[in-house]
Amino acid sequence: MSLLGRIAPQLIALAALVALVSFFFPGFLSISYHDGRLVGPVIDVLKRGAPVALLAIGMTLVIATRGIDLSVGTVMAICGAVAASAIAGGLGVGPALLLALGAGALAGLWNGVLVAVVGIQPFVATLILMTMGRGIAQLITEGRILTFTDAGFAFFGSGMMLGLPVPAWMWLIAGLGTALLMRLSALGLLIEAIGINRRASALSGVNATVLLIAVYVASGLCAALAGIVVTADIRGADANNAGLWLELDAILAVVIGGNSLLGGRFSVTASLLGAMIIQTIDTGVLLAGFPPEYNLVIKAGLVLIILVLQSPRIAAEWRVWRETQRAPPPDRTRTEGGA
Amino acid sequence: MTRRALPLYATIAIFLLAFFLCWLQFPFILSTRVIGNLLTDNAYLGIVAVGMTLVILSGGIDLSVGSVIAFSGVFIAVMLRDTGLHPLAVFALLLAITTGFGAAMGVLIHRLAMPPFIVTLAGMFLARGAAYMLSIQSVPIQHPFYDVLQDAYWLMLGKGRLTLIGVLMLLSVALGMVIAHRTRFGISVYALGGGEQTARLMGVRQGRTIMLVYAYSGLMAGLSGIVFSVYTGSGYSLATVGTELTAIAAVVIGGTLLTGGAGYMFGTLVGVLTMGLIQTYIVFDGSLSSWWTKIVIGVLLLVFILLQKALLRLTRGSFSGEAG
Repeated sequence: MSLLGRIAPQLIALAALVALVSFFFPGFLSISYHDGRLVGPVIDVLKRGAPVALLAIGMTLVIATRGIDLSVGTVMAICGAVAASAIAGGLGVGPALLLALGAGALAGLWNGVLVAVVGIQPFVATLILMTMGRGIAQLITEGRILTFTDAGFAFFGSGMMLGLPVPAWMWLIAGLGTALLMRLSALGLLIEAIGINRRASALSGVNATVLLIAVYVASGLCAALAGIVVTADIRGADANNAGLWLELDAILAVVIGGNSLLGGRFSVTASLLGAMIIQTIDTGVLLAGFPPEYNLVIKAGLVLIILVLQSPRIAAEWRVWRETQRAPPPDRTRTEGGA
Repeated sequence: MTRRALPLYATIAIFLLAFFLCWLQFPFILSTRVIGNLLTDNAYLGIVAVGMTLVILSGGIDLSVGSVIAFSGVFIAVMLRDTGLHPLAVFALLLAITTGFGAAMGVLIHRLAMPPFIVTLAGMFLARGAAYMLSIQSVPIQHPFYDVLQDAYWLMLGKGRLTLIGVLMLLSVALGMVIAHRTRFGISVYALGGGEQTARLMGVRQGRTIMLVYAYSGLMAGLSGIVFSVYTGSGYSLATVGTELTAIAAVVIGGTLLTGGAGYMFGTLVGVLTMGLIQTYIVFDGSLSSWWTKIVIGVLLLVFILLQKALLRLTRGSFSGEAG
């Protein structure tokens, strides 16, 4: 019930967007069933939105601690390069996945230690890895695009399970698991406490340092999953372009999800809806038949509208305005003064 | 001067040390030719970093500048191709547009009470998108006035070329130093970065200052776009992707605190030159791959930040020592 209330703005925005896209492209909501798989634009959105959705899960937790993780896009490239070179080197799918996840966790650990132990601002701390990361990925791939033909690994990018694409399952399961873990245990509460006031939470007995590191490791793991999806999808690791600027989309997804960049209360579900809103815009612009060069301008416009509607100040002014309309004239000055 | 300037001195010392090490290996690096090229090659980055420094000093961030540079290049190229306007008229028009664009973002940041990160991110999409809409292809610039601009240089001793765009960068830094350190507006910016509440109590006009800061950053991004178009002789909508982060890195290496309120404009110039020096070294060496540039710049960022941390702790320690 309370969850529904929390994600209502995102659901309304998504519904409005879907209606808008359907107006230009009537078949947007149609889903058909072929050879054991669901086919349709919506399924495509679920699949293509997977990398940003996966990144948004970890990013939500990081932002809830009043941090930010700019490195996730390059961590994707590193993990993709690690996985591809492991596959190309003759290791099986299992070891390749473990190595990629290990690389992601290591990257997260690096960020977490810089933020929590050394005490560098999250923006700069993760900017370091963001700058270096592509260089590291290129060292791993030796500057080439590493390709492979392993069908088992490609399953994670283009496979199907119970009618849905595997990437869609990955973010759904990871998102649900994280949301449940956060809300059924006290973890979510503790993370919010750190985001609101790290010192106060530490004084009241929360092990803020360990939790902060854990949050960045979680973000690294999510980036590793996203990197695996992208690498498996194109069956190759591209150190230059894998995950390029996806960190910005992930942050945008979290903000569209109504989470404050100043930390505190968060909702993983709302962030995932934010990721789907972004992907619906991307896919919708193409389906509606606009030339691709209009994509960014339309995206910027829609994002701006969503942000204006969500702005705390606009909401407050709107409330004041409504109250002044309702209140009888003599009370007017008092209402304005009170606001 | 004071302890507060220690990060700036550290930055300058590290730059000189790095230059000295490069000189030990390649004596030719200490020539006016190399220094002239260093200024020319990094002119657009230096100019945009000046605007970024002011934004960061105010406690904000501007992610749109890379896209604005690309937009400027495409805008100039398309206007010169399709209309008969003189480049100077196009420049004036462009600077008006980018300044207005920055001011609009500043107004939105203040009015919506949204984080600058998100508003300028939307601005980044918008400017890049506008560049795509003008032209997806690279548009060459052919105009006699551009040939004049490109060939304008002053021959230094030792046959180094001090180009017009290099001089423009140095002038921008000088102007930025005056604005940041010698004007009422600059003081307001520092106050705002130190803390919004305090600034408001001091009587800083918050909305106006924020708008002007982003307008200035837009102006510098537009100027940087002009310089970049002179440097490359074309306009391309996919150019200068990620320049905003390079500029932020240069500002941080230059000793400015990303939380705002502390830093020096001159440090940014040193930061830009340090990053340029790394690239020059890699070119001189010839055997290192280009990806080492990124790794070295990342390591350097880390070193500078750790150094700043240590210095801050040191000064705090001595302050409390004085008090106790």
